Amino acid sequence: MKPNFLLGLSLSAAMLASSCSAWAQAPQGQPKTAAPPGQAAAAQAHTFTLANGMALWVKPDRRAPTAVHMVWLRVGSMDEVDGTSGVAHVLEHMLFKGTPSLAAGEFSRRVAALGGRDNAFTAKDYTGYFQQIPSDQLEAVMRLEADRFANNQWPDAEFAKELEVVKEERRLRTEDNPRAQLHEMLSATALTASPYRRPIVGWMSDLDAMTAQDARDFYRKWYSPANAVVVVAGDVDPLQVKALADQYYGAIPTRAVPERKPREEPAQQGVRRLEFKAPAEQSYVTLAFKVPRLASLAASPEHDDALALTVLAAVLDGYSGARLERALTQGENRLADSVGAHNGLMGRGPQFFYLDGVPAKGQSPEALEAALRNQVQRVATEGVTEAELRRVKTQWVASEIYKLDSVFNQARELGVAWTLGLPPDYGPQLIARLRQVTPAQVQAVAQKYFGDDSLTVAILRPQALSGQPRARRAVSGARH
Amino acid sequence: MKVSHPMSLIPFLFMNPKAWRRSALVLACCAVASWAQAALPIQHWTQPSGVRVYLVESHAIPMVDVQIDIDAGSRRDPAAQAGLASVMAGQIASGTRAHPKGQGPYAQAMDENQIGEAWADLGASFGVSAGADRMSFALRSLSYPDLLDKAVALAARQMAHPAFPEAIWARDRERLSAAIRESLTKPANVVQQRFASAVYGTHPYGYRSTPETLSRIGVQDLQNLHAQSLQACRASVSVVGALSRAQTDALVTRLLSLWPNTAACKTLPTVPEVASLSSAQDLNVPFDSAQAHVLMGQPGYKRNDPDFFALLVGNHILGGGGFVSRLTEQVREKRGLSYSVYSYFSPGLHAGAFTVGLQTRPDQAAQAVAVAKDVVQAFVREGPTEAELQAAKSNLVGGFALRIDSNRKLLDNVANIAWNRLPLNYLDSWTQQVGRVSVADVRRAMARVLQPERMVTVVVGAPAP
Repeated sequence: MKPNFLLGLSLSAAMLASSCSAWAQAPQGQPKTAAPPGQAAAAQAHTFTLANGMALWVKPDRRAPTAVHMVWLRVGSMDEVDGTSGVAHVLEHMLFKGTPSLAAGEFSRRVAALGGRDNAFTAKDYTGYFQQIPSDQLEAVMRLEADRFANNQWPDAEFAKELEVVKEERRLRTEDNPRAQLHEMLSATALTASPYRRPIVGWMSDLDAMTAQDARDFYRKWYSPANAVVVVAGDVDPLQVKALADQYYGAIPTRAVPERKPREEPAQQGVRRLEFKAPAEQSYVTLAFKVPRLASLAASPEHDDALALTVLAAVLDGYSGARLERALTQGENRLADSVGAHNGLMGRGPQFFYLDGVPAKGQSPEALEAALRNQVQRVATEGVTEAELRRVKTQWVASEIYKLDSVFNQARELGVAWTLGLPPDYGPQLIARLRQVTPAQVQAVAQKYFGDDSLTVAILRPQALSGQPRARRAVSGARH
Repeated sequence: MKVSHPMSLIPFLFMNPKAWRRSALVLACCAVASWAQAALPIQHWTQPSGVRVYLVESHAIPMVDVQIDIDAGSRRDPAAQAGLASVMAGQIASGTRAHPKGQGPYAQAMDENQIGEAWADLGASFGVSAGADRMSFALRSLSYPDLLDKAVALAARQMAHPAFPEAIWARDRERLSAAIRESLTKPANVVQQRFASAVYGTHPYGYRSTPETLSRIGVQDLQNLHAQSLQACRASVSVVGALSRAQTDALVTRLLSLWPNTAACKTLPTVPEVASLSSAQDLNVPFDSAQAHVLMGQPGYKRNDPDFFALLVGNHILGGGGFVSRLTEQVREKRGLSYSVYSYFSPGLHAGAFTVGLQTRPDQAAQAVAVAKDVVQAFVREGPTEAELQAAKSNLVGGFALRIDSNRKLLDNVANIAWNRLPLNYLDSWTQQVGRVSVADVRRAMARVLQPERMVTVVVGAPAP
């Protein structure tokens, strides 16, 4: 399985997706605490705003003498424009390539010497950098991270090499993975105006054409203190962290965050279908229905529907033996080897409710497509039981406690929250809201959002492998 | 069993570096740092059944993790039935027969869906997996007594009284076989399969399930393996969570209360050792893919090797330390040839493989292999520099606390101590052991264990040489 760390959480693969809205940064001055209701064991997050507009969120967890330090930017692949897709991610790689006072690769060597581990990630909605360290090394990594946030600089030759690494990453994750490619095509088909239609890693021809200046321009445009949050969790004192943040981050000159064009997705007015041929043994089908997103925790009919859709996904596929698995992968004439349901819920861009599955031997993807929709139709007609709702809610409540075991995940949740404009305690608030969803609401969204007009269907058509090396197209950007 | 979810294959975000680095089968683990001088208090005792219990109390969060390890890993699979242990582990969730004496909260027979619902209703989880050496049962529950008592009762029933329904295994065999065929359309899986059989030869560490080996596994085989596997005298139980010693003792007693009463501990057949390789072998497998996948290596060392720490430090410098390893420096940072490049040892009860891996555009495969071979040869010949050794020690010793800073990580470490019968102060002395390693130790140990002139190199998806 892919060690893709955002997908590790059970509750929240769905919930971490991401969304925007300018939820204001917390007020300055005294730390403001957000006490998660019903969680005596959980420490509280302290929020600050530095003089230059940079946010600082701190969550003490004193169980072990370690800490995680992260910087999250509210910029991701959705902030790119056509022709330079993938630049947010390429730039993330380049942040490891130096500053005027630090040679390429030296950042990671320094972190390693401190006993730490470092890495970074790029998503549609955000970009993040992190170090896990012994807590007495916090100041050292804050100094390093603030330096590259403000002063990232590298020669063109470093860019040329790293761009080849990124292309290898695309080949590894996407080009030799037909289902990943299918999902890439699905986004490009289901969306027209939204920047979510482009892959995070970028199209290969955009990578081929990318220049060092493209990355530098993106950096200057978006890497402003006012567009970022510093998150620290672990064995730390919030006021000491605030003093260090003032010292290392607070002095970075601020710049206005560029205006973000809305690029709203026009309403879809009819079903879209796509077929994708690739070397594989098994077919695969996925259905994407456009649904409302949870843009904030404010009460509204759209937000209530988004929450009810997440409950619907859990009733369909939230535990072993849930509806989809039971109906489609079991019994004499089972249609599927595996099935799934997933609601996007949150993100700065448009969200989808996905149904997907791998047809069983001898079954067609079209039959599975119909059967998946039929399961939603059953909920629309018959509703769901109180027992099912209680079951999925019990799992969420328990997961709120289990997640406290990982300092890293707590910091990550804070970073996601800030980039999506949500408060630091949105996790427990979200669970509280989900617990209020009624069977009638679940039935209502099953009736409302699963028609043809907002649907895109993608089917993978397996092709036999040639057994021979692929004929290569001319390779551009040859390396030394 | 719940087949992995296609949705989870969506490339949701793109991590930079070494998230792709494979970790060793058995992670070594750790100890020290100023606060650990106070010692990590592992409590250990043996119950009358012979089961060895290991506990770390952790009361900050109202949760409990339990891992039971037994000597029933896939190394005991018959060659013709490769996959048997994994199948049995998976089928534990396929149904539970009625309690012979009708006792307890889950006394009735349960099918796979009732079991899934029951765990969801408890907000708890129970999983069974088979590694090369051990089969592991893993329970995670909140520590509230009402929930935990039920979770323990259900886990005890599932372990002791699996039904192994014929129809469920027949269905899952079809699903598994289809998934195996699908997996072999991807170069990453093909290279793993070819590498394993070339490195391990006829040793069970090299077995891979195929539709044919699965077709030879029947429910009677599952019942037979199950009957011989549950021996408390050969089991270790590791517990981390909000429990006292007395509560843990009672919990373990109840978890194992339905296991067969084994007065005498039956000995199990000896599994042969991995044979060393007699000559180099280069396999070039044609494949239609966007990248060539490369694995290079040989049998490594056993977990009880006296040079364990020298080899741990040595591999950290060679290809285990992420961004700062020699392989990453030469293959990725200097030449941009691969997103992921790594090396690792997999020490177990037998000499698990030493593995170097990378993936690159097909036309660059020969160059990348040559660079990686040069790096390995030079390192085995010359060992690390003093500066490299100090950097590795700084990272390993300084970062020790990161290896034990959650219940989940603690559980891995405690189970490692329990399974490998390491001393109880293993974690407390870990940083001293690392600190003692010298350049000469690394050079001697790596040269003893690794023979670059007799390694296997498998390249899948490169043009013919």
